[in-house]
Amino acid sequence: MLAFGIAKDIFGGSSVEVELPEQGTTQNLKHSLEERYPRLKHLVSYMVAVNNEYAPDESLLTEKDEIAIIPPVSGG
Amino acid sequence: MNIQIKISDQPLNIQSCIDWVVTPQSGGIDVFIGTVRDVTKGKTVLRLEFEAYEAMALKEMHKIAEQAFNKWPVQKLLIHHRTGVLKVGEVPVIIAVSCAHRNAAFEACRYVIDTLKQTVPIWKKEVFEDGEVWVAAHP
Repeated sequence: MLAFGIAKDIFGGSSVEVELPEQGTTQNLKHSLEERYPRLKHLVSYMVAVNNEYAPDESLLTEKDEIAIIPPVSGG
Repeated sequence: MNIQIKISDQPLNIQSCIDWVVTPQSGGIDVFIGTVRDVTKGKTVLRLEFEAYEAMALKEMHKIAEQAFNKWPVQKLLIHHRTGVLKVGEVPVIIAVSCAHRNAAFEACRYVIDTLKQTVPIWKKEVFEDGEVWVAAHP
């Protein structure tokens, strides 16, 4: 799982190993990350991207997916 | 191809962006140039550091460009974004749009920068003398 911006500070690196439950959804992932890294909850918001697309909470994740944590964007 | 999207860690070239969007049918070119400002909330900014999730950022910028083409009669549209360390006065982003008439050029250009700032996975960190902050991450 890739991390960018402040997420790198929170996870201590630009990529982290995560264990996905079977039939895990984006929402499951978020809950499990927030338990392990409570600082995530202090962000204004964050999104999960799967294979370069923003993923809604119900998206099912597989181990072949490229998953990234997208903290609030600030480009431009 | 009438859309050009680029992310680069090298200084951007404003004139070449303008040159690229001009067509013989163009009556107006609108260009947005982002620049690094020296103060945020009263604190002096030493530099900005930009980071991109490159593959997704390119994809999202393409979507924005296509949306602009759907909404306005745009001829050519260009988005260049720079990553890495930028000093005050340097240029992190250029958006250039060409249209037959100026109204659409103004509106499309505005739409692109406004939407980019909401959806494109690029982040900037402000570096001050006494610390650093990822912009907009915390309330």
